[in-house]
Amino acid sequence: MAHDEYYHAHEVNTEMCDGRMKCMRVCPTSAIRVRGGTASIIGELCVDCGECIRACPHRAVVPLSDRLDEVRHAYKCSVAIPSPVLYSQFPSDVTPRQVLEGLKQMGFDHVFDVGAACDWATLATSVFLREHKGPWPIISSYCPAVVRFIQVKYPDLTEHVLPMEVPREITAREAKRRLAGDLDIAETDIEAVYITACPAKVVSIRQPAEKERSWLDRAVAISEVYGPLRSITSKMEDVPVTHLFDEASYGPGWSRLGGMAGLLKTDRWIAVSGMSDVTKILDDIENSKLRDMEFVEANACLGGCIGGSLTVENIYVARSRAIRLEQRFHQNIARHERRVERLHREGFFAMENPVRPRPLSPLDSDIAKAIAKVKRRDAIYESLPKIDCGACGSPDCLTFAEDVVKGEVKLSQCVVRSAH
Amino acid sequence: MSDDRQVMLRETFSVTGGDFSHAGEVSTTIKSMLKQIGFPAPVIRRVAIATYEAEMNVVVYADRAVVTFEATPSIIRVILEDQGRGIADLDLAMQEGYSTATDEIREMGFGAGMGLPNIRKNSDDLEIDSEVGVGTTVRITVFTQA
Ligand SMILES: Nc1ncnc2c1ncn2[C@@H]1O[C@H](COP(=O)(O)OP(=O)(O)O)[C@@H](O)[C@H]1O
Ligand code: SF4
Ligand SMILES: [Mg+2]
Repeated sequence: MAHDEYYHAHEVNTEMCDGRMKCMRVCPTSAIRVRGGTASIIGELCVDCGECIRACPHRAVVPLSDRLDEVRHAYKCSVAIPSPVLYSQFPSDVTPRQVLEGLKQMGFDHVFDVGAACDWATLATSVFLREHKGPWPIISSYCPAVVRFIQVKYPDLTEHVLPMEVPREITAREAKRRLAGDLDIAETDIEAVYITACPAKVVSIRQPAEKERSWLDRAVAISEVYGPLRSITSKMEDVPVTHLFDEASYGPGWSRLGGMAGLLKTDRWIAVSGMSDVTKILDDIENSKLRDMEFVEANACLGGCIGGSLTVENIYVARSRAIRLEQRFHQNIARHERRVERLHREGFFAMENPVRPRPLSPLDSDIAKAIAKVKRRDAIYESLPKIDCGACGSPDCLTFAEDVVKGEVKLSQCVVRSAH
Repeated sequence: MSDDRQVMLRETFSVTGGDFSHAGEVSTTIKSMLKQIGFPAPVIRRVAIATYEAEMNVVVYADRAVVTFEATPSIIRVILEDQGRGIADLDLAMQEGYSTATDEIREMGFGAGMGLPNIRKNSDDLEIDSEVGVGTTVRITVFTQA
């Protein structure tokens, strides 16, 4: 089956799951079924948005990010690259510098901040938009869950995805190149570890959508490093830190909704978050309703990555902190402009391969048979109570009708219908 | 064609004039059915754009419409029969940039006068019949093979 081709960074713990169906109801791609009292995830449909992880009251949907003690087994040198979300998890008397230094004290040989790459990528995106001839709008490539969602559910919109490498990948690549030179070791001897706000980035590292291999080697959850970091930073004086580029500014802006798009040189951008609103916006783009827009920043998590399922802090607190961090530490990016434009021409930001469609299998490979199946599904649907109660284990009546046509369940499993 | 008839999917929907909060839903539903059937992505995109524009014209300019969607392996057809004010000068309405949208409608992001031209561009065959004071019928046909 096609299902197993796709790696996912979470699974259902069948011991802990008691079939409450909360996950099934929130899943934006209808990828979850509850059969025999436990939930299961259909791999082909899952886009790793993390909604189910958040929804489960029993924590039975378990994220599979890497553990801290797994880092650095087969490598000569380890590099931590934290998501900018990490900084917003701490009280404001803990500075990003301290957080980075804290990571070193936790055992990473080096730390690199993505702020500079964020600034550069923002500038390069403005250059790209200035020269782009369509189709419009361009959709950001930052959130891997949104990129998967587009590949799976909106395959014809893949050509709208910004064909540029994301800051975390650029940072890992440049960090490896630089350290390999400085330390006279091979790039493959360096382990780059992303400190992530979400399982989607774990997947983008293990199974990138746009290239053979990610520059990152592992992803450890923010929630995993938070405890140790908190106690280290609470005992720390302010400290200097090594950066990727000489003139670095902190890039917390990319962690909250609209933070990146707001720095572009166009007014014609929108920022959208949460899978249900992302769905609406993608529908609008597909209907070509938003063709006057130039850029769409789209995040699977409500509020942007600060709402990621592997964070620890309340999103509203984190958002307020992220804004204050920006005010304190973000520098004017315009002075990098000429250098970035040159690098852009040299392909510094180019995505290795374009994002390709990964459409779902149709109901049948033969169009005539597929049409017949849709007709059957609709006839079955008409016979159902249409109350989307979920008791059958499918998320709604229409999906249940489809599951019947696919032969996965029997019509008699609709208990409401059978009761009549 | 007789062969096609047997595998024809036929669905009807209704659209209400002025109902902006549900505007676009019919085109979204049709699009998802086409995806499930497995038509080529560019074909789906053309149907989606043409249907969306025609649906919006009903929402903006007409009172109500019945939308009939038909699909066979070779032809996709969307027919919108509306009751409403109708179009007095069809040739004029078909011109790029022509619009009778009010300022209020324009503020909502409609009224660029590109709807009907885009419907024509994205369909293989387009028939429009309109009677002032009665209504307008738009028949969009897209062939599924190049
Ligand atoms: N269903 C309809 N009923 C009445 N008038 C219509 C209808 N569809 C289009 N029109 C008229 O044709 C004009 C052009 O339509 P269109 O090309 O879609 O541009 P727009 O919707 O931006 O005005 C409209 O401004 C309107 O006057
Ligand atoms: S919005 Fe950010 S945190 Fe959430 S899934 Fe996307 S990349 Fe991950
Ligand atoms: Mg129009």
